[in-house]
Amino acid sequence: MTDITHLPPDTGPSFDLAGKDIAAAGQWRLFWLKFKKHKIALVSLVVIIFMYLVAAFADFIAPFDPNATNARFTYAPPQGLSLMHEGAFRPHVDQLRMTLNTESMRREFTPDPARPVPVGFFVKAPQPYHLLGFIPMETKLFGMIDPKPGDSMYIFGADRLGRDIFSRVVHGAKISLSIGLVGVFMSLILGVTIGGVSGFFGGWVDLAIQRVIELLRSIPTIPLWMGLAAAIPVGWPPLRTYFVITLIVSLIGWTSLAREVRGKFLSLRSEDFVIAARLDGMSEIGIIFNHLVPSFMSHIIATLTLAIPSMILAETALSFLGIGLQPPIISWGVLLQEAQNIRAVAQAPWLLFTPAAAIVISVLALNFLGDGLRDAADPYEDVS
Amino acid sequence: MLRFIIKRLVFAIPTLFAVSIIAFIIIQLPPGDYLTTLMADWASQGGAVEAGTVAAMRERYGLDQPIYFQYYKWIAGILTRGDFGISFELGRPVTELIWNRLGFSLLLSVLTLCFVWAIAIPIGILSAVRQYSISDYTATFLAFFFLAIPDFLMALSAMYIMSAWFGQSVGGLFSPAYVDAPWSFGKLTDFARHVWLPVIVIGLGSLAALVRIMRANLLDELSRPYVTTARAKGMSEFELLIRYPVRLALNPLISTLGWILPAVISGEIIVSVVMSLPTTGPLLLRALLAQDMYLAGSLILLISVLTIIGTLVSDILLAITDPRIRFQ
Repeated sequence: MTDITHLPPDTGPSFDLAGKDIAAAGQWRLFWLKFKKHKIALVSLVVIIFMYLVAAFADFIAPFDPNATNARFTYAPPQGLSLMHEGAFRPHVDQLRMTLNTESMRREFTPDPARPVPVGFFVKAPQPYHLLGFIPMETKLFGMIDPKPGDSMYIFGADRLGRDIFSRVVHGAKISLSIGLVGVFMSLILGVTIGGVSGFFGGWVDLAIQRVIELLRSIPTIPLWMGLAAAIPVGWPPLRTYFVITLIVSLIGWTSLAREVRGKFLSLRSEDFVIAARLDGMSEIGIIFNHLVPSFMSHIIATLTLAIPSMILAETALSFLGIGLQPPIISWGVLLQEAQNIRAVAQAPWLLFTPAAAIVISVLALNFLGDGLRDAADPYEDVS
Repeated sequence: MLRFIIKRLVFAIPTLFAVSIIAFIIIQLPPGDYLTTLMADWASQGGAVEAGTVAAMRERYGLDQPIYFQYYKWIAGILTRGDFGISFELGRPVTELIWNRLGFSLLLSVLTLCFVWAIAIPIGILSAVRQYSISDYTATFLAFFFLAIPDFLMALSAMYIMSAWFGQSVGGLFSPAYVDAPWSFGKLTDFARHVWLPVIVIGLGSLAALVRIMRANLLDELSRPYVTTARAKGMSEFELLIRYPVRLALNPLISTLGWILPAVISGEIIVSVVMSLPTTGPLLLRALLAQDMYLAGSLILLISVLTIIGTLVSDILLAITDPRIRFQ
């Protein structure tokens, strides 16, 4: 992280490898050895893998259809999951009893401990579905065991149409987390190409590109994104809107990557191995992809990881404002649209705090992971 | 010094030009031109559209001319007459609508910057001097936590906490009684009572980043030999800290203004929408949703220009504090 001690160049990295030959370890092995020491980053890696798995298997994990409405359970509060019932191990939630508060004219729900709704793993799905879009399935990870009318299981509450917030957040992960990946992929292409051109050719090309990057970075991002996103016609199919939004958020993301790549190109351009390859008659493109790109690949990965959270946040902000993704697409930002006015939040705080927790956890984990990767990417600096 | 300032000013001109082109592109992006939108509006209200009126308006905005000519007409209007065009939704000149809100945006951003700097520097120093202490770990953890929370979530949470726990309604910059009142001492105190929450909400993200930077800069300086020398001379620890390493660590911090400012302005816009503050944010969102493109484009242009001017000021400040940059 920041407390890096600069070693004199001749001492080299100091690893306590207990006899293993560090000099013979490859670049990726060094990378891993160093990354392993960063405990928070390691935990974050596990969290991130877990979240992407949840996104991939959302249909299996979410107990309900995210769009299934239930007018009976408008703004139903979260039902706590308890494991024991009358001294025996019987996971259940308490049935909700609804009363109408005649003073505020609002429905109020009270859990009824006398009527447990049994909950179990690998229960039959309400409707058959296709896992990952092609595997026909009829089982959900968990859910109510043969539900009767009046039974419900809202572990994170329900929204104004009685839709299950937990299922919606799990499904929202698909869009929100993938937008980061797709956006980063676009930034990667733009950043490596433009940054590479800038660093490799130098001169006026470099100057022009650096000016453009400075310009893009000096404009406040939110108004620019808002202006571009608002131009997307409302009638467009969801998939196209999704890609254009991704394109818009990666419009800024590539600049930091391009700078990184340019810096590396500039410092590596005159290294011996590049000159040797050139004297050997290798083409410029060949040098770039066979020698230069592999030598700073780890840096690129670290920068990319740090770029994902900002893209997730950008999508969330735009969708929240109502000019990004629109319902019926489910993303974390779209879910937060429901929490736009403070009265709704005051009545049902879970509308705000459940998607918010998902956003904060994934962004925090990605930031820590990127930090760890960045430290590990530099072979000549030792993390104490 | 003067030469440096002039050079910077000259360098800013192409940037301003490019920003105006971006704003113009955003104005042009929605399909059709404003007149098609306007005519559709009139037609839906049952009004007859006279051919003469339409032709006159086409002429005024140069809509039948090539695109570069339209740009020229637009920018020339702004530069020579201060004419930003007409808000089609509200039927009033854009200039009437924006200055007041732009003023509040500017005020809010400046207040936020002051808050961020005033808090970040001492916390950063404490964090670096007491490295790996409880306060350092707390500051580090909080910094990462606040960096991960988007501005608008922070605004919503703050509003929820204020209303649910303290029973106060938040939103706006003034109580209803003072909204249209002329400036007075009462209005000023009322403003202060409202403004602190948005300032904190907008500032926290940048504050967290600045604390990290200040801590890193100072840690770099603290291990330098000149610090040991000063200590060996018998200088008191506090005086030593303030006179040498902190001064040096502040320089890179000034240069961060270049990206803190866009971040604060971005944050200000989205937080203003959530907390319904009378700044450019809600106006911009409404203009964009209604495809009122002259208003939206002008706002984006002015916000960007303000940011560029701010960056310019920070460059000059940096040159004043750091002679190495001045004489490059």
